[in-house]
Amino acid sequence: MFDQLTGLGIKGWFTVLTLIALALVPAYASYTDNAFYLDIAMRLIILAMAAVSLNLILGNGGMISFGHAGYLGIGSYAVGIPAYYEFYEGIYQIPLAIGLSALFALITGFICLRTKGVNFIMITMAFTQMIFFAIVSIEEYGGDDGLVIEARSELGGLMDIEDDTTLYFVCFISLLAVIYLVHRMVNSRFGMVIKGAKGNERRMQSLGFNTFKYQLAAYVIAGTICGYAGILLGNFTGFISPEMMDWTRSGELIFMVVLGGTGSLFGPLFGAGAFILLEEYLSPLLDFVLFKGAGTYWQFLFGLILILVVLFVKGGITGLLERLDELRNRRKENLDG
Amino acid sequence: MAEVLLKVSDLYKSYGGVAATDHINLEILRGEIHAVIGPNGAGKTTLISQLAGEQMPDGGRVEFQGHEITHLPAHTRAMQGLARSFQITSIVHDLRVIDNVALSVQAQIGHSFHFWKPARADIALTEPAMEALRRVGLEDRAAEVSRNLSHGEHRQLEIAMALAANPTLLLLDEPMAGMGTEESARMVEILSSLKGEKTMLLIEHDMDAVFALADRISVLVYGRVIATGTPEEIKGNDEVRKAYLGDEDS
Repeated sequence: MFDQLTGLGIKGWFTVLTLIALALVPAYASYTDNAFYLDIAMRLIILAMAAVSLNLILGNGGMISFGHAGYLGIGSYAVGIPAYYEFYEGIYQIPLAIGLSALFALITGFICLRTKGVNFIMITMAFTQMIFFAIVSIEEYGGDDGLVIEARSELGGLMDIEDDTTLYFVCFISLLAVIYLVHRMVNSRFGMVIKGAKGNERRMQSLGFNTFKYQLAAYVIAGTICGYAGILLGNFTGFISPEMMDWTRSGELIFMVVLGGTGSLFGPLFGAGAFILLEEYLSPLLDFVLFKGAGTYWQFLFGLILILVVLFVKGGITGLLERLDELRNRRKENLDG
Repeated sequence: MAEVLLKVSDLYKSYGGVAATDHINLEILRGEIHAVIGPNGAGKTTLISQLAGEQMPDGGRVEFQGHEITHLPAHTRAMQGLARSFQITSIVHDLRVIDNVALSVQAQIGHSFHFWKPARADIALTEPAMEALRRVGLEDRAAEVSRNLSHGEHRQLEIAMALAANPTLLLLDEPMAGMGTEESARMVEILSSLKGEKTMLLIEHDMDAVFALADRISVLVYGRVIATGTPEEIKGNDEVRKAYLGDEDS
């Protein structure tokens, strides 16, 4: 009944409730006096932001980047390395992170986008592995041991993100802003061109589009947004290491996008949410349901779930919600008719 | 004599020593429907691909509106007024019918680095797109996702996309391919409604359609043009009869 009042449908309500739940996490964490919830939710939000940016090129543009976690690394090291020299001003860290991400995306995109399909996947992965190994080899910044960030970015008198709740809301509002930004872009003329090029690139060229230019622009925008998420990730964890841009991390971002529903607006958020919750709670759940120690094998079940979703749930979580809405509408039509 | 819109001189392309385009000379006049016919493997699609800029010739020259375009990429030619339709339907299946046509309009009205305004609410795109859909009789299907259209409707959408680009020259690669009699008749009707307004180079197997539509016909056999003339001249040409039409009768 309640959804008839607003016409949101199941998908709409699920989205609204997810956002409300995320907005209430700090209150719940302080009520239960358990910062753990805030930590999980913050990680979820930051990775969701990275997944939203990946979805722009993967879901809408058909560019399957297997190196997207590299931008999380670039963003967080652009905070971490200045911090190593006790240089904490956000007014320098943030443009540095964004500029480096954009530049890296521009240079690598220029090369990667000359290839298609599997080659594209491999070459995007190779470029990110390059910075992975570059960071590993620089002992000054901790090599593969990582680097501790002593203090979070200073944002002048604007706000103090040393406070976890403040940082949380910065992340949350950033996520909403990024989703809105991507939503506008995907439906703009620019977005129509990259969606068209995903569906039929040859045809788009014969219509007169230089698809390469538009794809490169999308690639740079996605990398830049993910670099911004990297800033937040570095500030949040306070400890950064090359491991966060390992190719398996890029794979996880792809999983989030696919799990949530490629090309959908809130899909990456749902995907990141499902991914993180499974990662955190699958192990204790197995211990509880099966036998003590079963939780050790949680990754087996995790992999199985991912495979089943990819094989049988077209459109991921978003697709599932849409199908529920369809069923409901049909039932309503039957009742009305 | 009418103005020569497209001039092909001595065009040559070979695949592994076999000449797919064997020194072709061809002139398309402004306003005419010029059909290119020929048996399978005569090199018709190879020819149109070189005119559209998707394949590059090994030799020869293509001039469009007096300018050489021989080695220009496809998207540049499209901007100069050359639009093509594909033998195998080439549309964006995941997008709606009107989106496909609107993209064709969008390509012509400047760059697409507009990131903010919703394209689907932009009347500068949707109005010309609807007009093109009306021309081919697809206006009722505008909001449908393209993959849900029938084969015949896909072919009509192809034409609408080509029309929406407001081209000077329309390259049509077998627009009737795979169509039933009724659908073919509908397509002939659509194309003849454009006659005189658009210059067209038409590749087609359906001889009834070709003779109903074409002002002039060129016959392509083994990559060579063996004859060019009005439909009556082509019907009466012995060489054509022997090489091509005769085969069909037997």
